[in-house]
Amino acid sequence: MRKPWSFTVALLGALALVAAACAEEEAPPTSPGAQPGATPTFGPLGGVVIGPGEPIKIAVFEAISGDVASLGTDQVRGVEIAIDDLGGQLLGHPLEIAGPFDDLCNAEGGTTGAQRIVADETIVAVVGTSCSGAAVPAMEILSEAGYSMVSGSNTSPILTSAGGEEGVAHKPGYFRTAHNDEIQGRAAATFAFQELGVRKAATINDGDPYTQGLTAGFEAPFKEMGGEIVVSTAISKGDTDMRPVLTEIAAAGAELIFFPIFQPEADFIVKQAKEIEGLENTALMGADGLLSDTFIEPIPEVHDTPPGPNGTERGMYFSGPASPDTPGYREFVEKYRQKYGEDPIQAFHAHAYDAFMLIVEAIKKVAVDVQGTLYIDRQALRDAIGQTSGHQGLTGTLTCDQFGDCADPKIQIFQATPDRKTLPEVKENVLFEYEPQA
Amino acid sequence: MAETVRAVPREVPLGAAPPAFAARDITLRQVVRNGVLAGLGVSFVTAVGMVQAFERRFIVSQLSLDYILVVAFPLALGYLAGRPPPVLEGFEAPRLGAKNVLAGLLAGALAGLVLMAFVGIFGNFDVRDVFTNVSPEALARITFGEGLFEGSLAMLAVQAAFGALGGALNLVPERPRRAAFLAAVWVVAFGLFSPLVRQVLDNLGFPFLRYMYRSVSGALTRTGAVAVFVLFFVLSLVAKGSRLQAGERFRALPESQRRVVGGLAILAVLGLLAVLPHILGNFLSEILNFAGIFLLMALGLNIVVGLAGLLDLGYVAFFAVGAYTTAVLTWDRPEGLAGTLPGSIRWGPELTFWEALPFVILAAALAGIIVGTPVLRMRGDYLAIVTLGFGEITRLLFLSTWFKPYFGGALGVQRIANIEVFGVEILSPQNFFYFIFGFGVLAVYASYALQNSRIGRAWTAIREDESVAEAMGVNVVAAKLWAFIIGAIIASFGGAIFAVKVGSVFPRSFSIEVSIIVLVIVIVGGLASVPGVILSAIVLTATPELLQELAEYRFLIYGVLLIFMMLKRPEGFIPSRRRLRELREEELAQDAWLRAARAQREREELAEPVPGS
Amino acid sequence: MAQLARVGARRAVQLPLLDGFVWLVRVAALLAVVWGSYRSLTSGRLTPGQWRDLVVIGLSQGAVYALIALGYTMVYGVLRFINFAHGEVFMTGTMAAFFVADALSRTGLWTDQVWIPLLAMLGVAVLTSTLVAVLLERVAYRPLRGKPRLIPFITAIGASFFLQYAFAGLFGVDVKNFPPVALFEGKLDFFGFRFLKTQLLVIGSALLMMGFLYAFVEKTKTGKAIRAVAEDQEIARLMGIDVDRTIALVFAIGGAMAGAAGFLWSQHFGQVSFRTGFLPGIKAFTAAVLGGIGNIPGAMIGGVVLGLVESVSPSLILIGLGIPAAHQLKDVVAFLALVLVLIFRPMGILGERLAEERA
Repeated sequence: MRKPWSFTVALLGALALVAAACAEEEAPPTSPGAQPGATPTFGPLGGVVIGPGEPIKIAVFEAISGDVASLGTDQVRGVEIAIDDLGGQLLGHPLEIAGPFDDLCNAEGGTTGAQRIVADETIVAVVGTSCSGAAVPAMEILSEAGYSMVSGSNTSPILTSAGGEEGVAHKPGYFRTAHNDEIQGRAAATFAFQELGVRKAATINDGDPYTQGLTAGFEAPFKEMGGEIVVSTAISKGDTDMRPVLTEIAAAGAELIFFPIFQPEADFIVKQAKEIEGLENTALMGADGLLSDTFIEPIPEVHDTPPGPNGTERGMYFSGPASPDTPGYREFVEKYRQKYGEDPIQAFHAHAYDAFMLIVEAIKKVAVDVQGTLYIDRQALRDAIGQTSGHQGLTGTLTCDQFGDCADPKIQIFQATPDRKTLPEVKENVLFEYEPQA
Repeated sequence: MAETVRAVPREVPLGAAPPAFAARDITLRQVVRNGVLAGLGVSFVTAVGMVQAFERRFIVSQLSLDYILVVAFPLALGYLAGRPPPVLEGFEAPRLGAKNVLAGLLAGALAGLVLMAFVGIFGNFDVRDVFTNVSPEALARITFGEGLFEGSLAMLAVQAAFGALGGALNLVPERPRRAAFLAAVWVVAFGLFSPLVRQVLDNLGFPFLRYMYRSVSGALTRTGAVAVFVLFFVLSLVAKGSRLQAGERFRALPESQRRVVGGLAILAVLGLLAVLPHILGNFLSEILNFAGIFLLMALGLNIVVGLAGLLDLGYVAFFAVGAYTTAVLTWDRPEGLAGTLPGSIRWGPELTFWEALPFVILAAALAGIIVGTPVLRMRGDYLAIVTLGFGEITRLLFLSTWFKPYFGGALGVQRIANIEVFGVEILSPQNFFYFIFGFGVLAVYASYALQNSRIGRAWTAIREDESVAEAMGVNVVAAKLWAFIIGAIIASFGGAIFAVKVGSVFPRSFSIEVSIIVLVIVIVGGLASVPGVILSAIVLTATPELLQELAEYRFLIYGVLLIFMMLKRPEGFIPSRRRLRELREEELAQDAWLRAARAQREREELAEPVPGS
Repeated sequence: MAQLARVGARRAVQLPLLDGFVWLVRVAALLAVVWGSYRSLTSGRLTPGQWRDLVVIGLSQGAVYALIALGYTMVYGVLRFINFAHGEVFMTGTMAAFFVADALSRTGLWTDQVWIPLLAMLGVAVLTSTLVAVLLERVAYRPLRGKPRLIPFITAIGASFFLQYAFAGLFGVDVKNFPPVALFEGKLDFFGFRFLKTQLLVIGSALLMMGFLYAFVEKTKTGKAIRAVAEDQEIARLMGIDVDRTIALVFAIGGAMAGAAGFLWSQHFGQVSFRTGFLPGIKAFTAAVLGGIGNIPGAMIGGVVLGLVESVSPSLILIGLGIPAAHQLKDVVAFLALVLVLIFRPMGILGERLAEERA
């Protein structure tokens, strides 16, 4: 058995050699520098020079494949409509989507996609990513390279701020038009405690960063208000038999179950809850991941769950971003329908539209035009997006805070009742609206 | 065929006995079978949506990937339909002629008919509720947009023509046929990977780039396609023979010279690899880096499955252990807020990568022992399911709320420190390439060294027959455990690099699919064949990254690839010489395994350990 | 000789170490189980009725596992080969049942004469699964018979992924919901155990089919042929048994059972997607190994044990041990149970001495 040991030793020794070799290869990182002799000089992050007639390229970086493809596709469409609205032009240059790049909804996708974007120095800024897990590494690479990114659907607190402090993953140059999970969690908790009169609640997450963040964001304020979290549990993706978990929750006497998870696991919870003794009066509440027509329409149980202590009508509750009720949004939906032949397929198309528009507004502010050539400084662009204040978007009035949260943080609670069985009907049935005090 | 004049068949060596039986020839069954298969194949790729997904990937001029796929079926199966059966001893070799072409034509026409039926059924009845991808656009695409009936008639003609072409290929002698096939594959590859090829050629300062590729669609121009075809046709005609010769000449050299030549060859390869990232640029280097990480895993699994014959379906566990150990030990803990907020981890010693590495090795070895020990006494299939279970257990534990204070649960670990080498941070993909490449060289070296070491021979013995190995005095328990430990350590290096490269780890990255992909890499490359594993790691991981349309069908293609490989080339595309020999022997001893149980019991009786001898 | 002596000596040192480790694992596992259960049962968190509910849940889940496990166990018993794609065979049947249900739910039959659509679903599910299983054997496995066992096993992994993603491509990746059947709504009480009607349906039909299968294999002539082929293919061939046909038959029976399981699944869980087969397939295989692979009553027992472990142990053991979000770790417990059973009884609960000799 000497061989493996000597092998391990050799391995470690050779590692040192490799390390030495690497050090010699080390070259200074290439920075997207200004062209020599160009009129405006760029700051530390460099800038983009767009010659006469050349397009302004903005990367779109979303989850466009796999089981979350609809999340990203919806947002790509939002950006496409934004470009149509601008007539395809900005400051006399054509607007062009670079990509769409796929974030695969995971860290690897975030890394390769970001490298792909960084490799193209003519890209001005980035709309994306779709998934928080992809945003973490993408933010690192893009921020380092001087780019600004605005996401229309990341909601994890770690990306911007948690509890009023900088999130662990936050980097300069990151912004989002989607709401922070903490706000949605707090909205759901406030509704449950104050409106429904729930004192004992249970939460279920499915091991997805999004759902874990949201249940945590629900639990903390609910306890603050004086409620009790009787069960805080999790299931695994792919589980089908939820009856044991539900039995456990019934035994704990929960009055409401908050399960901001996805399909198909949520389907099993709704279907099986009615079979469990002790859940006859327990209300069910999901989040925006379930505000989809594949959940609300085909599953009859959704419309017949218990109303909870102070509830009046039967049916399941949902928390979600306030569906924008601006004339602009209605127009947008009409354009969407005309262009793609269907209603918006997910919840974040308007957020992506706004994300793109934030970038456009910032470019308008900082771009310097010298005889038809545009000079855009990356640092200035970043600062301009960060200073966005009172921007009238489709999703409301957007103002960015110091950690990059730009969303109009309005969260609504909807209910699916026996007479409201389609997604649009449910979204019209707003029971509660939450806006955090600044 | 009886009345044909007897010619001396080419395949029968001179001096053999004259053939006693008339030639066996193409059967109708063969034609019908291949034709129907081709038709079903084309219908299938249409129904799963491949045709539509590929319609914007232009390969040569206006020709897109979907049409290449659609004609590939009649071409390949037309070839098979028109292929004469192998010449058996004592049989006359069949003469080639128009009938081979005709068989191909028939098969192609049959394929066209099947496709016509498909189009007819799906075009006239709306079945989109069931078959989601059979859209009117897809049907229009395979009928050239000419209307269902006229279009499918046209498609029938095309299929028949390509079937005939396939059949006609049988008339071409093998060497040019093979060369033409390879050249055609290269043309498609040049078209498919046009961004890659263009970037490389551009960085090399290749002057004719704009004649070779169209600027908008990225497809090869006709001139470019012809040039690539001719180049590779000639190359493969010449190369095959000279490669064999070179190999033989190399083996004929005396030992000392062989070393020099071998060393020079290795140096040349290393030199090429040293400039590679600069030719490739940032993004392609990044893809290569991920391929490199998978390569590390594949080399590790190759030791476990290829050398020791232990089928591990939960190999991703070791990758995860490496990644998480690195992440937890090196992450940069922000001041003040650790432990209080959702998603933050309580503990983090903030080591550097190099300080963490010994712990990674230790953790991986421990994981190897934990997985290895209970399964040591199990064989083959039990082992597979238990390791699969361990893979899931590992992922679930990293994900769990239970260990969230240490591993961050679903929110993972962020802010993993970069690698510093003598005070310089490795950041750019190019520099990472050298780093990963260094580890890769180590793993390759280890693979070869282990293969030829005592423990390597012990593994081979165990793989062949455990009981015999034990009887021969091989310490089976220790050898198996070492296979697990070494495999785990190599995979954990992959995990460690992955964690640093991405800068964050999430449990989502360690699903069972990763284990399967690594297994596919090892199998397709050839079990126990290091060059094969290297090549297949690069091809199988880089292709879906470069061609996102393909990424969606990744597992479908992997599935077909696995079945095909096992049915037709179980030794892999670049088989290890030793493994190939073994497989041949195994084929000869086909039914031996049936009696294995009984024989084994007898052997076990013989193999009682001799005390103190 | 010196070499041999060294090997012998090393073995003498290493084996006790290994055995010691395994013993440690056994003791730790037992302690954890006992301590966790004690804490849970004495805490009074769940009422006795709720514990009984958990048992019923486990039984019905276990019955589905058992039916799928039969396919694994029969094929393994005859060919010593794990048909990794068997979970997908089950999925194809469930998917076929869905399309039948979807088409018929729009007709009056669904409300008036619901047993006709139900029978149609069952029939189509069984037919589809049988067909897929037999085709799989013919195309992917038969040419490999007699090759080293790693080769057909890897083929089966390939077939599993191919079937999953072919179905995803053909029928879409969305989750498909079965229309509810009024007949099966409601509960029944037996000896203080509350059963949903669907649970009764699942458990009852599983028992029935298992009984028929056992009788078929043990009592009929065809069953005898199957057992003969399982014992020794060469000798069976010499005795005039058509080995190829018998093996195809074994696949067909396994497929039919999987199809029936698919139908029961549709009533019990009401959903299907292209991923439906993968995890239950792995679980069913685990069940087969637990019970002793190659053994028909073993599959039943293994399935029920696994179902019970999954439904009861998070509440009983994990929460008792104070582990948060215990239900997330359901699969961890299931796979650990497999490892433990194999450590305690390498041949499974009812198995012959297979694990060491033939496995």
